[in-house]
Amino acid sequence: MLTFIIRRLLQLIPVFLGTTFLIFAMVYGLGDPTAGRCGERPCPASYVARLTEEYHLDDPLIVQYGYYMLGLLQGDLGTTFNGQNVGEELLLRYPTTIKLALIALVFEAVIGIVAGVLAGIYRGSFLDYLVTVSSLVVISIPIFVLGGMAQLVFGIMIPDATGDRLGLPATATDGTWYQLLMPGLVLGSVSVAYIARLLRASLVENLRADYVRTAKAKGLGRGRVIGVHTMRNSLIPVITFIGTDIGALMGGAVVTERIFNVNGIGGYLFRSITTKQGAAVVGTITVLVVVYLLANLLVDVLYGYLDPRISHD
Amino acid sequence: MTAGAVSAIAALTLAACGSGGAGTDTGTDTGTEGAAGGEYTTNGCTPENPLIASNTSEACGGDQLDMFLAKLVHYNTDTAEPEMDIAESIETDDNQTFTVTLKQGYNFHDGTEVQAHNFVDAWNWAAAGPNGQAASYFFSPIEGYADVQCGGDGSDCEANPPETEEMSGLQVVDDYTFTIKTIEAVSNLPVRLGYSAFAPQPDAFFADESEGKEDFAAKPIGAGPYQVESTSSTETVFTKFADYGGDFPGSADKITFVIYQDTAAAYADTVAGNLDVLDQIPTDQLAGRQFESDLPDRSEQRESMTISYLTYSPADEQLKENKELRQALSMAVDRETINQQLWDGARPPLDSWAPPSLPDSPTGVCGEFCTYDAAAAKALYDQSGGYDGTLYLNTNADGAGNVATFEAVCNGWKNDLGLDCQVNQVVDFSTYNKGIDADEYTGVLRSAWLADYPSIENYLAPIYGKGADSNWSDYDNPAFDDKLAEAAAAPDLDQANALYLEAMQILAEDFPTAPMQSRLETIGWSENVSNVKLTPFGKPDRIGVTVNQ
Repeated sequence: MLTFIIRRLLQLIPVFLGTTFLIFAMVYGLGDPTAGRCGERPCPASYVARLTEEYHLDDPLIVQYGYYMLGLLQGDLGTTFNGQNVGEELLLRYPTTIKLALIALVFEAVIGIVAGVLAGIYRGSFLDYLVTVSSLVVISIPIFVLGGMAQLVFGIMIPDATGDRLGLPATATDGTWYQLLMPGLVLGSVSVAYIARLLRASLVENLRADYVRTAKAKGLGRGRVIGVHTMRNSLIPVITFIGTDIGALMGGAVVTERIFNVNGIGGYLFRSITTKQGAAVVGTITVLVVVYLLANLLVDVLYGYLDPRISHD
Repeated sequence: MTAGAVSAIAALTLAACGSGGAGTDTGTDTGTEGAAGGEYTTNGCTPENPLIASNTSEACGGDQLDMFLAKLVHYNTDTAEPEMDIAESIETDDNQTFTVTLKQGYNFHDGTEVQAHNFVDAWNWAAAGPNGQAASYFFSPIEGYADVQCGGDGSDCEANPPETEEMSGLQVVDDYTFTIKTIEAVSNLPVRLGYSAFAPQPDAFFADESEGKEDFAAKPIGAGPYQVESTSSTETVFTKFADYGGDFPGSADKITFVIYQDTAAAYADTVAGNLDVLDQIPTDQLAGRQFESDLPDRSEQRESMTISYLTYSPADEQLKENKELRQALSMAVDRETINQQLWDGARPPLDSWAPPSLPDSPTGVCGEFCTYDAAAAKALYDQSGGYDGTLYLNTNADGAGNVATFEAVCNGWKNDLGLDCQVNQVVDFSTYNKGIDADEYTGVLRSAWLADYPSIENYLAPIYGKGADSNWSDYDNPAFDDKLAEAAAAPDLDQANALYLEAMQILAEDFPTAPMQSRLETIGWSENVSNVKLTPFGKPDRIGVTVNQ
């Protein structure tokens, strides 16, 4: 197992270099980063000249990448054109993104697994139909509609005639747990539906498997048959899904963060792309790549524990 | 408190202020209103550059600069008329040599006094090529500006450093007096001096050794009514400056700019009572005047000095050579219907090359060619010979309503003139700007302008002067340039304005661009604040807001 982990970690290095260079090349192609920084007028030539020199904008791409990697090795993720240190920005925003991701993850894991198990065990019952239909509905609604509605209904709308608002926060600017609850639930809602459906499908399949019949024949109780024998195998696709979702959630949720003004990674990345702050885009994605790769590694390691047939040795 | 009790109080308050519609701030509260103190929040956006007065020429940074800077001149928050601020007087006999006398007792936030050298040093630094300041062109009228620019094409300051670090046109006379000498007559120079690029800088600014003064910009120092408490990418906090010595003090003790990614979220927070002053209402809430029911008596709409116009691309031979065609196209734009249907009245038709809300601005200069008349437009269009091929309407797609407006214009042209046209959406403003510089677009270009300082000259010289930065139409008429020079040398503002009107009439004759719309800005606020007003610059006057206690 240890050799497996070390081997995987070594594999990360070429992947990391490749992805960051690709991102770098794409950001390089965003257009002229000095344009549009002076309102409705073109920027003065002296301004463009200063930025070009300061940020090595006229060097070949590979040289710029070299400068960037040198900085990275010293722990410097670069500075944006408005003088913000990208590393500090990410440190400022990561706690919020992690909180938001945790809320979404707990929500989708708990509710998704419970709903999936119930639907899988009582296949064909009313409960099963309820889960499959409602999850389909949630998947079909775009998240910006869901988020906007949630904000309007819980954050603003007046539920009764006396003029009392529910008083739930409309946005999550400060990033407290309380404020992040609603965006977190909105963010996790689609994954809840996917997890429920995934788990239901794999449960239905595994309940017909030979080893389950054997377990029943041995006279094991129903709870043990389903809870231990079947669930362990059935959870594999769900764990895979949650693993990739962790990576995605760590990348922040662009749409949700925009609607609820969450100061997290997703919104930062989006705004950095639109305002052509190349340093911020590359820096953020560099960190994301690492997070994503580690999340994938974690999932692979978990497989071995869930299913003895999968071995890493 | 029970729900019943709350509603009873709400009903009383409503009864107490039954008068006054939206946009008239009658004061909605009790006798405590107007008392100084308290704190409130307002929405902001991320500045494009570090917060340095001379390095900011866009709105996000400008909004924050306005809080903590004092300049020689202050623009009246109701009329935009210039008023003396740090300047005791600005005197000139010939509109070319100006003697500026400062008031005493103005302090920077670090306790040092504002003196003449703080202006002269700051302006020299801002104008110098190697410092690459975004607003450096504001200093170009000053004598010696060329000497502080880098040689060659200005792109390599190391190889071609400027001849000197100081402009010959700026001289310190004593602690409270300095002189400005301009290259040519500039009659509206005193009006210009209220722009943020002309703010003084404290000695601490020059002591900062960091590249681009970034250390200073992290907590900049000015001489305005508020001082910067902290800046970050999510909020900027201002507190009232205790030693402010000027005539335009603030009221609230603390003002926090909360950075929003999206106006819709800021609007939701305002309606929910979590944000106090909102500087614009999202377009979708303007439709059907939804904001008036969401923010009862807590919104204001007024005309700002932003205008939009159509620039006929100089890269388009057909348009360039055919004035009648340009006039016919303008005549076939149904500005009023677009205003009502798409904007709910927030984009009034414009019939002049400057906004009606600008002090002393003439109206109706464009006349019949800005008045919709399908039949006359068609007749003129046929007479002009028409347009061959597809006429493109180019716009950046990232501004609210740009594309919808152009779709409407295009459909009107198809119906009334029978020409073939198409809207060309460019991904964002900076790409669009680049494309225009490279003459990539034929047809019509969406253009907009908001003056930096309230003078008609600012709507003419930067856009139509020969070789000017924003001269998208490549307009070049010596008679027009002469008229501008004549106006700049006029002995007083009234005469200057009369001459600017004549310059505008030359424009109307040549028709390089077609006026489209002026703009109403709309702001909203929470129940926590009073005295929220819109300035002619289209921004809430955040200094004057009082907190209800």
